[in-house]
Amino acid sequence: MRQRRWRDSGLAVLMLGPSIVILGWFVVYPLVKAMILGTQRCSPSGSCPVHGGLQQYVDAFTSTQFQDALIVTIKYALITVPIGVVLGLALAVLADKYIRGIGIFRTIFSSTVATSVAVSSVMWFFLLNPNVGVLADLLGGVFKTPGLLQGKGTALWAVSASSIWANLGFTFIVITAGLQSVPKDLYESAYVDGANGLGRFTNVTLPLISPVLLFVTVVLTARAFESFAEVDLLTQGGPKGSTTTLTYLAYGRGLPTSSDDGLRATVSVLVFFVLLILALVQFRGLEKRVHYGN
Amino acid sequence: MAIDQIRGGRKIGRYVLLVVMAAIVLFPIYVMVIGALKPGNKVLVNPLLPSNVTFSTITRAWRSGHLARALVNSSIVALVVTTAQVITSVMAAYAFVFLKFPGRTVVFVLFLATLLVPLEATLTVNRRTMQSLGWLNSYKGLTVPFLATAFGIFMIRQVFLTIPKEMREAASMDGLGHIGFLREVAVPLSRPTIGALALFAFLTSWNQYLWPVLITTNSDYNTVQTGIAALQRASLSQPNLVIAGTVIIALPIFVVLISFQRQLVRGLTAGAVKG
Repeated sequence: MRQRRWRDSGLAVLMLGPSIVILGWFVVYPLVKAMILGTQRCSPSGSCPVHGGLQQYVDAFTSTQFQDALIVTIKYALITVPIGVVLGLALAVLADKYIRGIGIFRTIFSSTVATSVAVSSVMWFFLLNPNVGVLADLLGGVFKTPGLLQGKGTALWAVSASSIWANLGFTFIVITAGLQSVPKDLYESAYVDGANGLGRFTNVTLPLISPVLLFVTVVLTARAFESFAEVDLLTQGGPKGSTTTLTYLAYGRGLPTSSDDGLRATVSVLVFFVLLILALVQFRGLEKRVHYGN
Repeated sequence: MAIDQIRGGRKIGRYVLLVVMAAIVLFPIYVMVIGALKPGNKVLVNPLLPSNVTFSTITRAWRSGHLARALVNSSIVALVVTTAQVITSVMAAYAFVFLKFPGRTVVFVLFLATLLVPLEATLTVNRRTMQSLGWLNSYKGLTVPFLATAFGIFMIRQVFLTIPKEMREAASMDGLGHIGFLREVAVPLSRPTIGALALFAFLTSWNQYLWPVLITTNSDYNTVQTGIAALQRASLSQPNLVIAGTVIIALPIFVVLISFQRQLVRGLTAGAVKG
């Protein structure tokens, strides 16, 4: 019996080995090491002579920069996630009918998956930039000065527009797949029971695709909290920090963190805990409302 | 019953809505393509209508942005990462499903836990690791940290679990060892999921931005993402070049996605459908 239990151990070590090495070396070790590094201050050359202790986490968390970035990130998520999910759902429902030419529309709605966040940010930069911007021109003089990306009140919305657009293809594809997995006979029985279109949507479709909507919400929220490329390419966190998200605070250009690995580690470990709490809250809060069938 | 069919006015209404939404979604792409086809000095004149159609802007962007090099770099990095992730994921998933060894569940839970660690939390230390190894500005630096992922292992494990245990027992009685069973039964049966993982890994690697920004300073190691960013910074006075650049680098990935639409849907929905 004992021999049976250990029979495959050698082979298991060989097959798990590469993954254990990579995940240990580049996920587990750096996380633990970052927690230690986060109690130190480092010079631009990389040596870390100053030990600030756990107080460094407290100081960083309570600093106005971190608090501001946390608020900006939450705002950013509150703009991009609901609008992104509702738009994706609307497009998916709109395209979920078998009418002539629907394949073309589905391809168009999926198409933004082909643009990375970096590419879409560069595109939107040229749509919104007041000097060369096409959209800025079309929307008229109001947005010309100082321009949507340079206005303190509008910059976050402009970045959001770019990100919502870039994520739309992903949201559309996933929700469409969800809609197609709804058994057609359920619609038919609801139809027989006299439910109208709206009734069928709220009582049949929505509950059945709620796991898919939860998935999309979780992914879009994570993307909002990890947003970097769009901020780097559209606003560099400005104007006056109004688009400095948490990830940009840790890795952006010209910030206190960019020449101090210790401080950078402090901020990124704090972001890790924020994301962990967020994941727990999302699953606790949403799991109850989600219908998994059977 | 044909409740999926709609007629008359409602059908026209739906078409109108579809066309309006399609126009909105396509608008940024349309503007870029039109801009890319204009000569440099005309980009900002009537940006919505094509005029003086030429490919000269595209060829200039191709040369001045070193986009060929960036496309080659991105292809090398994404192909290496994809191949490695498929191999490491299949091997590890096989161990978790078909091999008996002590602590199997504990090890699997530890693997899953790494999914909770966001990339951001590890990049600072990983950059220092690259620096001490001398791997800044290198293909090793761009690829090695991503050669295995818990997501891939989890995805392949889910499909391996659907293979009946009796098949393994029967194969074993026929004298087929683990490697033989993996190659001749498990992998062929899981081909669609492996394809989905491959496409997902390729896209994720291709689209990476923050990591290449952190570990490359030499433009020889620009990927398409950092390449287009560099082009944008360098060519603020020549927006036409950047516009053409975005079109050039969006095109190959668009073709890839159109060709692998089924794998894409499967890959993107892998986490959404209960296993």
